[in-house]
Amino acid sequence: MFTRVPYSQVPLFAEFRRLEEELDELFGTSTPWNGGIRSLPPGTFPAVNVGTTGDSVTVYVFAPGINPKQLDISLQQNVLSVSGKREVSVDKNGTYYRQERFGGEFRRVIALPEDVDPDKVAASYRDGIVQITVRRRESTKPRQIEIH
Amino acid sequence: MFMEDNIMSNSTEVAKTSRHASTSADSQRHAAASESVLRPPVDIFETGEGITLHADMPGVAKDRLNLRIEGNSLLIEGTIGVAPQEQMTALHADVRSTVYRRSFTLSNELETQKIEAALKDGELTVRIPKRAELRPRKIEITG
Repeated sequence: MFTRVPYSQVPLFAEFRRLEEELDELFGTSTPWNGGIRSLPPGTFPAVNVGTTGDSVTVYVFAPGINPKQLDISLQQNVLSVSGKREVSVDKNGTYYRQERFGGEFRRVIALPEDVDPDKVAASYRDGIVQITVRRRESTKPRQIEIH
Repeated sequence: MFMEDNIMSNSTEVAKTSRHASTSADSQRHAAASESVLRPPVDIFETGEGITLHADMPGVAKDRLNLRIEGNSLLIEGTIGVAPQEQMTALHADVRSTVYRRSFTLSNELETQKIEAALKDGELTVRIPKRAELRPRKIEITG
């Protein structure tokens, strides 16, 4: 009764999620990567948001309570991989009513736009969010063309 | 709709309408709750001393966390502080709101005046002690 059951595995909620995904597709609110080959079912730890500006791509990894030193972040060409382990403390004398938080090893692999420069990466950890910023190559930045 | 959980219930996703919907604070809360909010995952356990709640709220700093006791309910609310640059366009978004909100109904034997809370690396810990006179006491058998 007190085992860890992620919402996505409860049939009814899985059904809601599926519906939500279908609606997302239907109304175009889905982002290009929702059907990506490396995409994971919604609710998978850690959640990831990716945004871009003209000259950089920023990845936000929602990973609370981890030791950033034990986090393994690697970028091969444009494929970013983030892996680590999250220790969730369990009180042996406690009676548990809910155990919804994720504990254990995790890994997420994300394909970034192809013009990112793997040599120009910066990462930081604050309030449980890993922020990884990768510069985009100069040549692909939108450039203003002046008429002489 | 205002989501309310009983702190000691095992059933998940039980949605109840707030019982006192007439006050203005409540109607504001109803309006706010109709926006998309994130429901932080929690671990809750009980020991002889009290109940401990851990909630995952990545991105929330101390000054953006709001813990409130209203009557017998505990409201946990927080806002994600990471503000993406204005000209940023989203390529992918698992998280589609910046507000976390969840509430729990407390029971009488809990000492709401002595709740302690701590927030570190996006993990919230709330300790709610039991009233001293109601803590289980071991009865020694003598003779």
